[in-house]
Amino acid sequence: MSGPPCIVTRVSTTEPPTRVTLGELYRGFLGTGARGFGGTLPWARRMMVEERRWLTEREFLDTFSLCNFLPGPNVSSMSVIVGARFHGLLGSAAALGGLLTVPLTTILTLAVLYRHFAQLPGVDAALRGVGAAAGGLVLATGLRMAMALGRAPRVLLFLVAAFVAVAVLRWPLVPVLLGLGPVSVLAAWVGTLAAWRTRT
Amino acid sequence: MSPLVTIALRFSVLSLIAVGGVTSILPEVHRVSVDVHHWLTDAEFTQMFAIAQASPGPNMLIVALIGFQVAGLPGALVAAGAICLPSCTLAYLVERLWQRFRGTPLRRAVETGLAPITVGLMLATGWLVARGAPGTGWAAYAVPALTAALVLATRTNPLWLLAAGGVLGLLGLV
Repeated sequence: MSGPPCIVTRVSTTEPPTRVTLGELYRGFLGTGARGFGGTLPWARRMMVEERRWLTEREFLDTFSLCNFLPGPNVSSMSVIVGARFHGLLGSAAALGGLLTVPLTTILTLAVLYRHFAQLPGVDAALRGVGAAAGGLVLATGLRMAMALGRAPRVLLFLVAAFVAVAVLRWPLVPVLLGLGPVSVLAAWVGTLAAWRTRT
Repeated sequence: MSPLVTIALRFSVLSLIAVGGVTSILPEVHRVSVDVHHWLTDAEFTQMFAIAQASPGPNMLIVALIGFQVAGLPGALVAAGAICLPSCTLAYLVERLWQRFRGTPLRRAVETGLAPITVGLMLATGWLVARGAPGTGWAAYAVPALTAALVLATRTNPLWLLAAGGVLGLLGLV
């Protein structure tokens, strides 16, 4: 693997350079993994955008979009990418390590307990309740992210199309991504190119 | 072949095709571990899925449970590594490549094009999770609606809201 072209890459070119240490990367994602009941993504956004201010809303959204097209859990890809931006390979390792520490320990502890205590009463019922609240948390996170999008008709069109395809029509994710993605990028390309021409 | 090697091979391949996270490969995980290798029974698979849901963090850690069942702690660690490392390595390489396009109109177009789809999918996920099982009572709709409203309008720590959801679930209301 070739070395990174420049180690001190920052997340944003407009913001002042953010100093994020390896320890902070580890601890930030440790908290994300530890709180991620019923979905880790809202917590990743809260940690990076609201609590630690490593990324702007827009940067978070762009990074998450990239992860949507990569295989594997979104949040683990995201930890690797954000870690790499601040500290290269070591940063990725610190962030991913932080993210997995608590969940992996918890799940193995539960597995051992489960062998001894078999079916715990009420677990299913409690999980259903946590799941319902987690759904609300994901919705709120989506609405917050939507506010960073602007109000262009193109934006609303593709947002609604993606929502309807998955939530209403129940189409599988991959065809939706492959079908809508290129069309939406093409539409944005036309707009971006026009803006680029007028600026230069 | 040592079961550890089998686990490593099987799950690393799945890691690279899991676009959209573990839910997209769950049927394949089931097929491989229940039907092909008989590492666990159908009922055990369902239990493990429940355990994976009960713990925080990425749901893909269900493979760590399967690894644990097959070969104890080494099995769990090999399975977790196998499901994580290939996709994470790819993410690292793509990020390095993507950095070279910073500030170009191409990258701008890809980002502005994908952003609304990402948000639409996020809202769809929330919608599907919030709807829950069909035939549930009014509380099943009130809990996600109230949670979303409180998260948006107040500075309440969402952990309290998740805990409240759990309590309502225990009381049989959700």
